[in-house]
Parts: sequence; structure tokens; C-alpha cells
Amino acid sequence: MILTLVQTDGGGATEVSLEAVTFARTLAKRTGGPVHALVIGPLPQELVDQLAGYGVTEVHHATGEAFSAYGGAAWAAAVQAVVAAADPDAVVAPGSPRGLEVMAHLAARLDVPMAANVVGLGEGDGQDDGEGGTGALRLVRQVMGGAALEEMLLPRRPAVLTVAGHAVEAEQVPPVPAAVREFSPEVAEADLVTRVVSTEPAEPDLSGALTSARVVVGAGRGAGGADGFGHVAELAELLGGALGVSRVVTSMGWRPHHEQIGQTGSRISPELYIACGISGAIQHWAGCASSKTILAVNTDENAPMVTKATYAVIGDMHEVVPAINAEIRRRRG
Amino acid sequence: MADVLVCIKRVPDVAGEVLLTPDAQAVDARYVGFTVSAHENCAVELAERIATATGGTATVLTLGPEAAVEQLRAALAVGCAAAVHIDADPVGYGPVDVVREIAAVVETHAAEGRTHDLILLGNDAADTGDFQVGVRLAYALGRPVVNGVRTIEVDGGVATARGDGPDGVETFAVPLPAVATVLEGGVEPRYPSVVGRMKAKKIPIETVAPRHEPRGPGRVRLTLPPAQPSTVEVLGSGPDAAPSVVDLLQRMGVTR
Ligand SMILES: Cc1cc2nc3c(=O)[nH]c(=O)nc-3n(C[C@H](O)[C@H](O)[C@H](O)COP(=O)(O)OP(=O)(O)OC[C@H]3O[C@@H](n4cnc5c(N)ncnc54)[C@H](O)[C@@H]3O)c2cc1C
Ligand SMILES: Nc1ncnc2c1ncn2[C@@H]1O[C@H](COP(=O)(O)O)[C@@H](O)[C@H]1O
Repeated sequence: MILTLVQTDGGGATEVSLEAVTFARTLAKRTGGPVHALVIGPLPQELVDQLAGYGVTEVHHATGEAFSAYGGAAWAAAVQAVVAAADPDAVVAPGSPRGLEVMAHLAARLDVPMAANVVGLGEGDGQDDGEGGTGALRLVRQVMGGAALEEMLLPRRPAVLTVAGHAVEAEQVPPVPAAVREFSPEVAEADLVTRVVSTEPAEPDLSGALTSARVVVGAGRGAGGADGFGHVAELAELLGGALGVSRVVTSMGWRPHHEQIGQTGSRISPELYIACGISGAIQHWAGCASSKTILAVNTDENAPMVTKATYAVIGDMHEVVPAINAEIRRRRG
Repeated sequence: MADVLVCIKRVPDVAGEVLLTPDAQAVDARYVGFTVSAHENCAVELAERIATATGGTATVLTLGPEAAVEQLRAALAVGCAAAVHIDADPVGYGPVDVVREIAAVVETHAAEGRTHDLILLGNDAADTGDFQVGVRLAYALGRPVVNGVRTIEVDGGVATARGDGPDGVETFAVPLPAVATVLEGGVEPRYPSVVGRMKAKKIPIETVAPRHEPRGPGRVRLTLPPAQPSTVEVLGSGPDAAPSVVDLLQRMGVTR
């Protein structure tokens, strides 16, 4: 059995959780057996049905006072309880901050290795190991923010791993009704001390807007200074999108950090990313590689952002962007 | 008087093309410099602020080759008062191995009467990105851990940390001794002053040999994603390209 930790938001399971469930099916084919899910928090029937649509046959539902606020250790205790009861071959979580945190706790508690940001099975995985088994799980995962890949062995059960966001496409299967197994795990006092004490709702412009935007307009050093973002911000507004920036911009203090895209900022996956005056360093690319379409605006036709983009305009962003804004307004009349 | 330990890792400072060593076990850094993760720079800054605010000390630690002293000196130059160098090649070390060595240093210091009340790490290392050393270290030491925090303050025996959760800014309050992993963005790391650099040169570095044979990272090899040939379609040059850009935006349905 492959157990998948599922995170939810207002609309059911998060996209990255469905990607993780989809990858769990790949693993289940390799090891044999079904895919189970673990949900902590409310479990409406729609969520059970949604998960069944992605091949989950059983949903473990953890409830209890211990989960009234998020805590990495408490959540890991819930996963560990399912591991003890159901003995999965692997435990899979989405490559989200919480998915990564809970799996790190789980791996430490079980004293097994953990693979972060897995993108697929390695070549030769599942081959006979000469001892009658199919050997260690051989996985490929992202390192250096995705600029390089690591082939890695997870020799011990359960294999604990997270699936990199947007590395696997969430795919539905003909649904079979999923069973629900309610449980209320014991959580030690020590695991409760690191729960969230309070949450202040984020300002609407904080990074949530960036990661969920359909269009992102990005600006880098080419903006030239703190006062160089007027036109890009206007373009973002005209397209109903969000403004994102490179690390040079946040390091210079030109824009706040929550707008940063990249390995140490937000990871975006919009339909369209318009990257202006951004060179496309690997750490920036790490945050925008999942964009469906990229339009680069850059004075340098050889900048990596340009050569990796779908479309490009060669020129000064301070001339090109205002011209685009004017053209949009002209056509809107 | 908080005693803070902050863990940093020397990593290749690659921005462009990644090259691998012939044995495919590491990134070839012959043509690039070295740095530490942006998260760790913020952890160093937070350590320094806590030390100053509480009249305590900040100690920086790394497990790395001899050259990693460069990164330790950089942290000393921005206010860390002491440095520990575990002299080992991290390429052959998995997260579990790194944790065993750091934990051994923490326990030795505690036995000598120096308890590191708070241990700060980056959320993830910039190269191997294992996302687990901080959490595992907490378990090895039997301490609570909070992850991905952007700010952290110490008052008496409690550390108050804040970070971004899915529904907004989350606050944690953890009893010391504790471990926390830091994300970039909560504080602006300071630049070293000339005086700071001079002082840093004089601080002796505590060098320790690793205590255990590493189990290794489970790495078979590193590979590079297949290079994608450029398929960029240049829409034009300068402001004259605006109509073709807006044609594209309309085709994509992102503007009327
Ligand atoms: C551990 C680590 C983590 C990092 N994390 C991140 C991260 O999360 N996000 C991130 O972005 N970076 C990150 N970086 C930094 C990254 O390596 C680059 O330094 C950074 O992305 C470069 O920003 P930039 O493209 O704005 O600037 P530059 O690399 O300086 O590029 C500026 C670009 O603008 C073009 N340009 C200049 N003027 C104009 C103009 N008037 N009009 C149009 N084009 C113009 C230039 O041709 C050039 O291509 C990280 C680095 C490290 C070591
Ligand atoms: N070799 C090392 N020496 C010191 N600290 C390390 C080392 N490796 C990892 N760390 C710390 O652990 C954090 C998380 O690393 P990782 O789990 O490998 O992604 C890093 O940001 C560092 O703070």
C-alpha cells in the first residue's frame, strides 16, 4: 500500500496533493497494492469522492483536539499511527512546505531516509536485486532548485518522500468508491508544543496572490531602482495578474520579499509569465519553470531568460512595457 | 542571555550553467565561487540579533572542507562570536550523517557547560535541498522544532517565531532549548563592516574531526535535465513590438 498525505484548502485537496496521489499510483504499480490517503481536519464527502477520482481506495481520517491547530510533529504522529496500523510500502506527501515538514518529522521518527522533491522513478528501478526482491526504491529528485537531478536509493521501508510541485500532472481514473477509516491517534504532549499558536490572515497582496495568479508580470535588476516598477505594476493590473520580482530586487530593498520568485521565494505556475529585465539565473528559474508560457523582455538576446522563453521582445523594459500598456488601453477603447 | 548556534553550508554559487564532477557525485565548482543559502544568511542575521537583544552569543557551525572556513569567517564578520568547523567533505554525507556530527558537537559543548539554547538552520540547503537536517537534529537532541520561520525572538525561556502558513502569518511559541529552520525574507542580512572583517580574522575557529563513519546520502549519481534547444519566438524589438505582444495576449485570452 502507498499512503499519501493530502492537504486541503477551500476547494478540496490541493493541486500538489493530487499530483502526489497520482505519483503514489505509479509507486503502487511498482510495489503492488492500493493507494490510501490520510486527511487531517474536516473530511466532507466531496473530498472523499474527489480522492476516489484519483485512485484512492481508502481514506484515513485523523480527528481530535491534537489537530485543532497545525503542528509538524502532531501531524507526523498521525501519519506514524497509520504507518503502524497499515504498514505502507511508501509514504508520499506533496512537495509543499507542510508536506516537506511532516515527512522530515516522520523520517526522523521512523529513522529512515527521506527523499525530498521527487520527480519520478529512476532508470532500472524495480530490477531484481539478486536476493529475490526488487531492491531499493530508485528515485529521481530535484536538487539545486531543479537545475540538477539526483538519482537516489531509498533502501528501507517505508520509503518516505515528497513529490516536487508540478513535476507530475494530476490525472484522474475511473472512480471506485473509497472507504473512510476514522481514527483519533494519541499525540504525545511533546508533539503538541510546536503547534501554531495564532494565525493572522494574510494581506491580499501577500505571496498567495502570486502563486495562484493566472498572469504574473516579473521585474528584475533591469527595473533600475525602487521607482522603476510603475509600468510593470500597471501591466500586471491591466491583465488582472500579480507582480513578481527577482532576488536582486528584494536584496536592493526595491520591493518586499513576498514578491520574490525563485528557489528562496515563491514558486509560480501561471498561464503566462512576463519576465522583464530578469536574466534567468537558475535560482530564479527554479521558481518560474512551471509557467505554461513565458514572455521575456530583455535588452540582451542571449540572456537565459530569453533563450528559455516561449516568446521574447528584445529591448528596454522602460520603453517596451509602457508601449504594451498603451496598446492594451488603445484596443480596449 | 541566549546562546544561539547557527548552521551554514558552503555550496557552489552557480547562477548559470550547472557542471557536474566526472564521478557525477557533486556540482563542479571549479569555475564558480562559493556561498551559503540565502535562508542561512537570514538565520545568521537572526542569531546575531537574538544574541544582541539578550546579551548572549551567536556561534556559527559548518560541516565542510577546509575551504569552508571562508563561510565561517563571513559569519564571524557580521557578528558571530565563535565558529565551529567540522572538517569533512559533505559530498559523502547524507542528512542523517550531518545531523549526527552536529549533535555530537552540541552535546560536547553542553558537557563543557555551554548549552546552545537555540539552534538555527536554513529551511533547506541550496545544493542538495534535503529539507530535513533541522528536523532530524531536533529529534537527535530531543528538542522541539519549528520550520520555515522568518523571524524569531527570544524572551526568557521561550522563542517566539513567525512564518507564512497557507492561511496567513503563523506564530509559534516554543520552550528553549529548541531548534528552528529559517526562510529568507523576514530580516535583511547585514553587510560586514571593515572592522567586522578585521575582528573576524582574529577569532580562533574550533576545528573538530567527524566522530562517525558516514552512511552516505543514498546518491547514485547526479544528472542534468536534458538541455532544451531554444525555441523562443522573438516578437520584435523595442516598443514597436507592442502590437504583436498584445496580439499574443489576446490569443491567450488574458486581455480583451
Ligand atoms: C542560494 C541562492 C538563492 C537564490 N535565490 C533566488 C531566488 O529565489 N530568486 C531569484 O530571483 N534569485 C535568486 N538568487 C539570485 C540569482 O542567482 C540571481 O543573482 C538573480 O536572480 C539575478 O536577478 P536579476 O535577473 O534581476 O539580475 P541580473 O542577473 O543582473 O539580470 C538583469 C537582467 O536584466 C537585463 N536588463 C538590464 N537592463 C534592462 C532594461 N532596461 N530592460 C530590459 N532588460 C534589462 C539584463 O540584460 C539582464 O539579463 C539566489 C542565489 C543564491 C546563491
Ligand atoms: N554540511 C552542513 N553543515 C552545516 N549545516 C548544514 C550542513 N548541511 C545542512 N546544514 C543545515 O541544514 C539546513 C537544511 O539542510 P538540508 O536538510 O540538507 O536541506 C541547511 O540550510 C543548513 O542550515
